[in-house]
Amino acid sequence: MSKLISGATGEWEVVIGLEVHAQVTSNSKLFSGAATEFGAEPNTQVSLVDAAMPGMLPVINAYCVEQAVRTGLALDAQINLYSIFDRKNYFYADLPQGYQISQYKQPVVGEGIITLDLKDGETKEVGIERLHLEQDAGKSMHDQHPTMTYVDLNRSGVALMEIVSKPDMRSSEEAGAYLKKLRTILRYIGTCDGNMEQGSMRADVNVSVRKPGGPLGTRCEIKNVNSVRFVQQAIEYEARRQIDVIEDGGKIVQETRLYDVAQGVTRSMRSKEEAHDYRYFPDPDLLPLELDPAWVDEIKAGLPELPDEKKNRLMRDFGLSVYDAGVMVSEPEIGVYFEEVAKGRDPKQASNWVTGSLFAALNAKGVSITESPVTAANLGKLIDLIADNTISGRIAKDVFEIMVETGGDPAAIVEEKGLKQITDTGFIEGIVDRIIAENPGQVAQYDGGANPKVIGWFVGQVMKQSQGKANPAQVNELLKKKLG
Amino acid sequence: MSVDTKTVARIAHLARLKVPEDRLDPLAGELNQLLAWVEQLGEVNTDNVPPLTSVVHARLPRRDDVVTDGDRQADVLANAPDAQNGFFAVPKVIE
Repeated sequence: MSKLISGATGEWEVVIGLEVHAQVTSNSKLFSGAATEFGAEPNTQVSLVDAAMPGMLPVINAYCVEQAVRTGLALDAQINLYSIFDRKNYFYADLPQGYQISQYKQPVVGEGIITLDLKDGETKEVGIERLHLEQDAGKSMHDQHPTMTYVDLNRSGVALMEIVSKPDMRSSEEAGAYLKKLRTILRYIGTCDGNMEQGSMRADVNVSVRKPGGPLGTRCEIKNVNSVRFVQQAIEYEARRQIDVIEDGGKIVQETRLYDVAQGVTRSMRSKEEAHDYRYFPDPDLLPLELDPAWVDEIKAGLPELPDEKKNRLMRDFGLSVYDAGVMVSEPEIGVYFEEVAKGRDPKQASNWVTGSLFAALNAKGVSITESPVTAANLGKLIDLIADNTISGRIAKDVFEIMVETGGDPAAIVEEKGLKQITDTGFIEGIVDRIIAENPGQVAQYDGGANPKVIGWFVGQVMKQSQGKANPAQVNELLKKKLG
Repeated sequence: MSVDTKTVARIAHLARLKVPEDRLDPLAGELNQLLAWVEQLGEVNTDNVPPLTSVVHARLPRRDDVVTDGDRQADVLANAPDAQNGFFAVPKVIE
């Protein structure tokens, strides 16, 4: 599987690093007591600290620090017991302080590792460079008034984790896998909801190209891309653009670019260039952040089972394939659902129902697994009804469809609709005898087994006559005996 | 360390300070005097001294994660030169 891109002068390798801004799940902001909830009336979740009124002092939210440490631990990263908050200075209408409180030289979390799940069960490790805490800015709306920009400071001061990867990725697929895995981990540990549509997770993408094995090329940074798909598209466009520029004898200029979703192209944001001089310095309003090692250990001990651990356990204890296990851990809620269905039952069957019929039904209804009309307990009962021969697998599909519509209990549905499998040999034999007697043509065709395919036709007829309720194994056996 | 007039003009721009052309040279001179004075610190050997970010020997105070503030839109907007529909209204800024 080659990840190289071919150009006029040969093969090129794309080098990708990602900076992800993940909004910390917390009740109140990083340095104030205002609420963080999404969608409130403008400027109603703003304290005088967030509005940068003179004389206001920031006081750090201990839980936001805990969330950052928890995330660092889940990324197997170094936790820095001593870190510093700095001021990153720039002017913009939605940044009332004139600076963002961030961490520059001494972040709270250092180097870590994230394992990507690629196609065909392949994995790849990508390094984490650092994770730091910082304030989010307010929100500017440019389309509400012909000549004015409207500013809402509700988001101003909400805690963000900036998670910076090493430039370890070599294709848009790997970048996509990185974002998905990071999002899964954040959701498992509850430090960020990972909702890219609402902007609680956004990515800046660093892209450069080089000849395989050669020195790193000059990189461009694509700012604020807000979906996995767009990140992948932006990388493919940008890599091709850079290769074309170089092969046409040009040079790549280090710059900030924007991904235009409608056109599918990246564009230079020249206006941002000078703003790169942020003149960081330690924030005199905040003392260094010192962590107690015992407190860090406590957070570590409280970590839930992480997706990779869970995946390994599902493969080991339930015998799931790498692929199925990967699907089951992709969202914490799917894993919980699957484990409830699989408990004490055939795990392969449980997995087939969840990834097959259930996912299809959820997709069709456009709902998530937490809103599933079929509860895990009910799906489990349905599997039990197949296992104890109360219904056939085919009837189970019909019962499942009814469960999707009504949310009902499978045993009650089977009872009410009279779908119980018929295992009464005498009754099945009656149908079999009748069909054999009525269809001498097909009997002749079967020719005592010389043409074994014809038996399928007989099975179909018997099932039809019994409205699908005859036990298929018994039907087969009886037919073979009688058609001899 | 010293600054030239070009650097002074750049710093002034980054800080959104309006400095007339004829003030740049004198300002550079004043800043260079300040820098030279601070540079005396270079005489002290700081090889094994970590950077000092605070002179206060105290633990950073922490806050609990509870909502204690907000719902004061009128206060927040009180000093704004213009506010409309609960938003700050500023001359259009767009990329």
